[in-house]
Amino acid sequence: MPTEQSAPILELQDVRIRYGQIEAVKGISLQLHRGELVCLIGANGAGKTSTLNAIAGTLPIASGELRYQGQSITTQPAHLRVRQGVALVPEGRGIFTRLTVEENLRMGAYTRHEKQAVEADLERVYSMLPRVKERLAQVAGTLSGGEQQMVAIGRALLSRPKLLLLDEPSMGLAPLIVEKIFEVVQTVVKEGVTILLVEQNANLALEFAQRGYVMDGGLITITGSGDELLRDPRVRSAYLGETEETP
Amino acid sequence: MNELAEAIPYLGRHHPKAARALVLGLILLAPVLAASVGNTWVRVLDAALLYVMLALGLNLVVGFAGLLDLGYIAFYAVGAYTWAFLASPHIGVHLPFWAVLPLGAAFAALAGVLLGFPVLRLRGDYLAIVTLGFGEIVRIFMGNLSVTNGPQGINMLDSLSLFGWEISRGLQVTENFKINALVLFYYAFLLFVVGSVVVIRRLQFSRIGRGWAAIRDDELAAKAIGINTRNMKLLAFAMGATFGGVSGGLFGSFQGFVSPESFTLLESIAVLTMVVFGGMGNLGGVIVGAIALSLLPEVLRHIALPLQQALFGKVLLDPEVLRMLLLSLAMIFMMLLRPAGLLPANARYARAEYLHDKQEAA
Repeated sequence: MPTEQSAPILELQDVRIRYGQIEAVKGISLQLHRGELVCLIGANGAGKTSTLNAIAGTLPIASGELRYQGQSITTQPAHLRVRQGVALVPEGRGIFTRLTVEENLRMGAYTRHEKQAVEADLERVYSMLPRVKERLAQVAGTLSGGEQQMVAIGRALLSRPKLLLLDEPSMGLAPLIVEKIFEVVQTVVKEGVTILLVEQNANLALEFAQRGYVMDGGLITITGSGDELLRDPRVRSAYLGETEETP
Repeated sequence: MNELAEAIPYLGRHHPKAARALVLGLILLAPVLAASVGNTWVRVLDAALLYVMLALGLNLVVGFAGLLDLGYIAFYAVGAYTWAFLASPHIGVHLPFWAVLPLGAAFAALAGVLLGFPVLRLRGDYLAIVTLGFGEIVRIFMGNLSVTNGPQGINMLDSLSLFGWEISRGLQVTENFKINALVLFYYAFLLFVVGSVVVIRRLQFSRIGRGWAAIRDDELAAKAIGINTRNMKLLAFAMGATFGGVSGGLFGSFQGFVSPESFTLLESIAVLTMVVFGGMGNLGGVIVGAIALSLLPEVLRHIALPLQQALFGKVLLDPEVLRMLLLSLAMIFMMLLRPAGLLPANARYARAEYLHDKQEAA
């Protein structure tokens, strides 16, 4: 963790998230440093997706504080956070199924006005995702799951994110495709983008991530480096879903 | 109106110019042709154009932004009543159309925002129910307030007038050649429809249009790429309502009389059917849908009555019942044969030349 000393790009302090009476996230704190790939793992219903959506601003938090680049963004609406460089790739990909692949990608630059820079970024994304480039004119809803995931990631990159939030990019995909997606994720990290990755596929996520947080029943229960967590017996059981609290 | 021309079978593909000329000719000469059959038909055409405007406005909300609105006719009512208040002897105000129409549009837009706020978080069925309720509330209010004359409505509304010349008097060109008022209304409405198409077309391809398309396909993703979904949805309601308000005002000027009866749930459903039948999200389709579904019942009415008289010696089915039957049948056949509407919407929001790879599109 070479960037440990620098100020964190993202900081969550005692964040709680409620759906009516049910508390999905019960006060968590975490930190991300610039350039890190950090994963958030845990069983279904642990509060991972809620946490990610709260960071993106698509879900309000009940209490606590969110700080991004040293500023509080707790009450800032989602569309303004995108402008500041926070991009979310939603769970289940969330592509615009009736638009073409190229239109989907261009939508990622919705908040940007510098045309030339957008075109350059588009070319960069094409070179990163050659399979997507072959299908630019295709209606996005007709793509395979893996290709849709690539489009969703490409679209997020077009907003020029500093912090990329990935929600289960491996969901429902064949192992070979998952590997390809993780290759893309690594390329993105190399370009200096900070990534918070939510995954159920803990093995894979921890292999790539520098650090990880394990969530269980709305709380962060374990934290450590990727290797430490991979060896931790509690992680292995949480990942296998053997804990009592999981619904 | 190239889209309409392209839609003509055979001709549209092989002789695009001829097809375009045919469509343009039909649009321009329709009232003259109709007048030769009878003035009733010109009246039907005028009403059809008002439906076209309504369908175009509703398409903005339903087709572009994906927000199902079952109370759209309420905005038509707001426009029509604005006209009734500001251009009739009812309270003695006679403002010119260029003042009343924008006011009607503004009030309708305001009503759109008022409807929009409480339904921001609703989707699908729930949104449909609330908008339906909204439409009914507006109608029932108009029917029970004393300022609106309740169910009797308001009559003797001013017609469209320009420099003191009232369109409803017709135009005396020479001593023995007079252009019928109904024909004049047709061309006046046509101007408004063309204006609406131009505005809506520009909107569709703008940042706003793209924002709506994103919300329609996936609201969470739309938020995640930085679209202010709240404002965009309110804007969709307001813009859609604006067109409803303008056509409502025109309706008032045309009819000379407004009453709550004209703004029933059935009308909302009829307009929605036009949009869905023609092809949600596609302007050409919506126009064809609105024309087809407003003309067909009238044609049917004129055939069905004599036909029933001749066959059974009495009228078994009321034309109004037949209209519903026809709308339903049209929907059923559409779902079976062309599930995306007569002229389905193209997937892309962008002009073809905007994309590098248009040649690969096929």
